[in-house]
Amino acid sequence: MASNGKLTGKQRLGWTVLTIVVLVYALFPVAAILATSFKTPADLGNASFLPGSPTWENYEMILFGDAQGLFLTALRNSIGITLIATFIAVVLATLCAYAIARLDFPGKKIILGSALAVSVFPVISVVIPLFNLWRNIGLYDTWLGLIIPYLSLTLPISIWTLAAFFRQIPWDLEQAAQVDGATQWQAFRRAIVPLAMPGVFTTAIIAFFIAWNDFVYGISLTSTEAARPVPAALAFFTGASQFEEPTGAISAAAIVVTIPVVVLVLLFQRQIVSGLTQGAVKG
Amino acid sequence: MTTAPETPRRQKREAAGSSAARPASRKNGNGGKRTNRAKSEARLGWLIAGPAFFIMLAVTAYPIAQAIYDSLFSFRLTAPDERSFVFLQNYMTILSDTEVFWRALLVTLLVTVVTVAVELVLGFGLALVMHKALKRIRGALRTAILVPYGIITVVSAFAWYYMFDINSGFVNGWFGWVPGIDSDLDWFANFGTAITIIMASEIWKTTPFIALLLLAGLAQVPDELVEASKVDGARWRQQMTRVILPNMKAAIMVAVLFRALDAFRIFDNVFIMTNGAAGTEVLSLLAYRTSIGRLEIGLGSAVSVILFICVLLICVIAIKGFKVDLASGTDSKGGK
Repeated sequence: MASNGKLTGKQRLGWTVLTIVVLVYALFPVAAILATSFKTPADLGNASFLPGSPTWENYEMILFGDAQGLFLTALRNSIGITLIATFIAVVLATLCAYAIARLDFPGKKIILGSALAVSVFPVISVVIPLFNLWRNIGLYDTWLGLIIPYLSLTLPISIWTLAAFFRQIPWDLEQAAQVDGATQWQAFRRAIVPLAMPGVFTTAIIAFFIAWNDFVYGISLTSTEAARPVPAALAFFTGASQFEEPTGAISAAAIVVTIPVVVLVLLFQRQIVSGLTQGAVKG
Repeated sequence: MTTAPETPRRQKREAAGSSAARPASRKNGNGGKRTNRAKSEARLGWLIAGPAFFIMLAVTAYPIAQAIYDSLFSFRLTAPDERSFVFLQNYMTILSDTEVFWRALLVTLLVTVVTVAVELVLGFGLALVMHKALKRIRGALRTAILVPYGIITVVSAFAWYYMFDINSGFVNGWFGWVPGIDSDLDWFANFGTAITIIMASEIWKTTPFIALLLLAGLAQVPDELVEASKVDGARWRQQMTRVILPNMKAAIMVAVLFRALDAFRIFDNVFIMTNGAAGTEVLSLLAYRTSIGRLEIGLGSAVSVILFICVLLICVIAIKGFKVDLASGTDSKGGK
């Protein structure tokens, strides 16, 4: 249908309207918080969408001003914890998915099944015992104390996505390369690694999103700036003074943490879509 | 010499085909005799797949076991010395509390049913639009709908909260002409409006995921079937109900199950927007507030065990009801 090429005027109008509707649907709340982030305190109350006199002061407050300590530390925590958790998850999941796709061993289904079970686990059920345990063994409010539970979020989806991906790799290529005279390692590196990399990379992005999105672990297992990630910091942010709602500052911070994610999405949309749907639909 | 390992592996693969159906069974295709090669492959398999498996178990199975254990005690962190074994007392307390527990359960179910239903319809519409759109528009649409997916739930919750908030929102100003919306309407002060906004933000955030799954499902519907039905004079509605939807069953089931489980665990947006006020408390929030808020570990653990059981029940019902075999999807589900 899409390949019919020429559209009648009516069809073109229809498509334009539909596209605009979808764009507005997807982007409107983002636009709203973006607009809010440029409002002055006086502007906030005037019930209009656009800021009356746009200002950078909210951004200055979180990046250089009073809220700098709160926000930038949280940002550093988020980036560090999320990257480490993603890295560990992707390395372990790559090994695991390789074994599942390539080797025959009893228990493959148990591994995939438990990955599925873990991914539907209610985080809140896990977090309460962890809260108690972490306090006893000193992991409460530390980076490691978040990295470990984040693996319960990132590992299952990484295993599923990568297993689906690795199953489509023509592993015979490796043997063909060996027949052509390459050593086993050369064959693996030249024939398989280039084919596997996009999948590994896609998985890393998806795992990063999921860890970056976490809120429950973040608010439950931290109490200070030592490890509190951005989403939790936003929720507990109380503004410059007791009498002022920190609406503008929170909006600005929300925009700052959203930009890198949206840039990643825009850059790698094709891979993300195929990764998400392969993991879930093709399994 | 490099070709030497090739032949045995081929044979192994063929043997694997028959053993895949019962992986835990000792009887493999080759008559119960496990060759050394199979053994070493199994060892290697567990060696490299094992770490991920055991970490997953350690971070979930252990805590849930601990939660079950803790739920049998009367245990407050504020008075750790008074810890005592009360068996099912905590569960009795919770299950007899219609004001708090049953209300939270009903609210959670309401959110689950409404959001999944709306998302399924909206997501299917979006998927159809993307499926039929011209290549150029399709890219733009996909990019746009990935934005809500990429945004963290807390940010989305704040965006929706500020839009409707009586102090900083513009919705009352914009939609004053709609009956029922006054400039002084406080959306988060009563249950109906508050839960609507909470569900709206949830729907906005996660419909893209459903749409992408359904789009992948649409792509798997064989074109010949659609064409054939057209030649046979099927109308649009008949095409949908007879050809397209039945062929997307797997994708629809997966989407519904995953979203239902996700919606049932809703937490972030409720925490941000109302923190349970106006009767919007959901199960996750109840568990959080009981244990981490009030430090009643015993009671809170019992709530989280109940939540866990509910999630298990949803899984069982979905898998039995829809007859989806998720575990076997690894072999063949997408292979239509």
